[in-house]
Amino acid sequence: MRLSEHPILNFERVRGREVTIYFEGKPIKAHEGETIAMALYAAGVKTFQHSIEKHRPRGLFCAIGKCSSCLMKVNGIPNIRTCITLVEEGMQIERQKEKPTLPKTTKPPKWKEPQRIEADVIVIGGGPAGMMAAINASDAGAKVVLLDENPMLGGQLVKQTHKFFGKREQFAGVRGIKIAEMLQEELKKRNVEIFLETSAIMLLQNGEDKLVVGVKKNKELVEFKGKTVVVATGAMERMIPFENNDMPGVYGAGAIQTLMNTYGVKPGDRVLIVGAGNVGLILAYQLYQAGVKVEAIVEAMPKIGGYFVHAAKVRRLGIPILTRHTILRAEGNEKVERAVVAQLDEKWNVIPGTEKVFEVDVIALAVGLRPSIELLHQVGCQIKYVPELGGHVVIRDSRMETTVKGIFVAGDSAGIEEATTAMLEGKIAGIGAALIAGVASPEWLKEIEDAQKELEVFRSGPFGRKVLEGLKKVVVK
Amino acid sequence: MSETPQYLKEGFLSVEELKEYVKLPDEDRLRQRPVAIPECPQEIPCTPCAEICPTNAVLMEHPNALPVVEYEKCIGCSLCVQICPGLAFFMVHYIGNKARVTMPHEIFPVPKVGEEVILLNRVGKEVGKGKVVTVIPREKSKGDTPIITVEMPLKLAWDVRAVKVVRE
Repeated sequence: MRLSEHPILNFERVRGREVTIYFEGKPIKAHEGETIAMALYAAGVKTFQHSIEKHRPRGLFCAIGKCSSCLMKVNGIPNIRTCITLVEEGMQIERQKEKPTLPKTTKPPKWKEPQRIEADVIVIGGGPAGMMAAINASDAGAKVVLLDENPMLGGQLVKQTHKFFGKREQFAGVRGIKIAEMLQEELKKRNVEIFLETSAIMLLQNGEDKLVVGVKKNKELVEFKGKTVVVATGAMERMIPFENNDMPGVYGAGAIQTLMNTYGVKPGDRVLIVGAGNVGLILAYQLYQAGVKVEAIVEAMPKIGGYFVHAAKVRRLGIPILTRHTILRAEGNEKVERAVVAQLDEKWNVIPGTEKVFEVDVIALAVGLRPSIELLHQVGCQIKYVPELGGHVVIRDSRMETTVKGIFVAGDSAGIEEATTAMLEGKIAGIGAALIAGVASPEWLKEIEDAQKELEVFRSGPFGRKVLEGLKKVVVK
Repeated sequence: MSETPQYLKEGFLSVEELKEYVKLPDEDRLRQRPVAIPECPQEIPCTPCAEICPTNAVLMEHPNALPVVEYEKCIGCSLCVQICPGLAFFMVHYIGNKARVTMPHEIFPVPKVGEEVILLNRVGKEVGKGKVVTVIPREKSKGDTPIITVEMPLKLAWDVRAVKVVRE
């Protein structure tokens, strides 16, 4: 089902021309500009594939191209990430059941030389960190190219309908969706070449040069050669173990935001949210705004982990928050129909007799993120496990340069924090990359120092403490 | 570890708990003109209320500090209510035996002036009915958030923090 009325968003403005795609032979109306998975979901298709061994149904999970939950066969080609692949007129979509194979009639594509792009700074990832890196590297004098595997720029900003915190010069009081538009405008004014729907699948060193191997629209090879690279690949949502956690209807919080806020597709009728950090709290408010009932937010910790003000917003709309509660299992026939939760004691054991059943069709997991460091790992950056930053992260200096000279990191891929700090880190990394590329004048060091000071102030409160502990373990110099 | 405050266990502030963090204005001040009340008990990095206030009535020692409103300086312009990213600023004004509470309203539909609405307390419980007396629509709000002022019985002034619009 598609959403029409919304207090913040206008979907009619973004929905393109109507096209027809075919799901297992059946025609489905879709709109240009939306991805296959979103169009299918809007048409009521919630099972995207079956697992290979046990044939268990699988639905969406991340909806930003980072997991394998929505892989389908598109025009005969298996393993297409339908959540980031745009619909095209006449597309044939099928579920995968067995181990997928290429159709026998398929011939390998004729070899042709890849498109070759050269730049001073290559930025991988077009979220808040990547966009700020590209803008600032460009201002510092670098020729910049930016690639992102999603069909639009903005990263997770494009689904953030809430207003940001911080100082007004850091976009405080402005909604995430608006910040994404503003940064895109800034990019447009500059000579930054942008490659969308382009996945960076390899990051290599070639002497002093860096090579990024990109795949555009699932088929076309693009080779990027640069003096420096900024990796701003974001993060991946965490899953927690419980019975039937793979059932269609159990989604990452971000996937639900993508459905309802980016594409205007109603995720369900009744939702249980797991996790009362900022993501879970914000999601509850957004669901209410989209006209979806939130039955409760459960949180295993004894207190709310996100900002109190986000909690107060949902409480006064009548949404309960159950601290010291956890999810035990999802129940249903091939899809979520119920969620069973229970209270925890001080030792994290389930208290017998406290089970509660919620009749829901969606269970949203807002249980944290882990940094996406695959490319950094591949190119040989030194890595350390730092729980305060969300998992494995790279060692870097105060200008965001990793242990591989010329490779920079920024945003959630450097450690889980938030968009405001991601933008500041992006600025630092972008200028740092332009300096190492030898194109920026030393005056730009002042800009880096200013951004470092802003980060310090932002992190100086109680919410910054954990991040600062983590940073002590990975920032050298 | 210091003890967890009740508001973080529950997700809302009782009026008693609010008073521990915010010194509320006295009745004289509440009768003079609308006055801004921050329901923001937790140190978070956020400053728009202090930055936007035209009379510098919102004090903040550092960006992570709690906002403190100097009620005598507050002119009741509602800019802090409009801009606050946490939707945590409200205004209260006593008139006779009624109170007018100004609050953000980002829910569809936005009520019209004169419309009767259901009053919700801090845990979403219906506690009565009120009448909308002013609306600042989203386009005119400095913070992209519609602001409504609702008239209600005086005794509900410190309970009501949201409304529900019910239309046939």
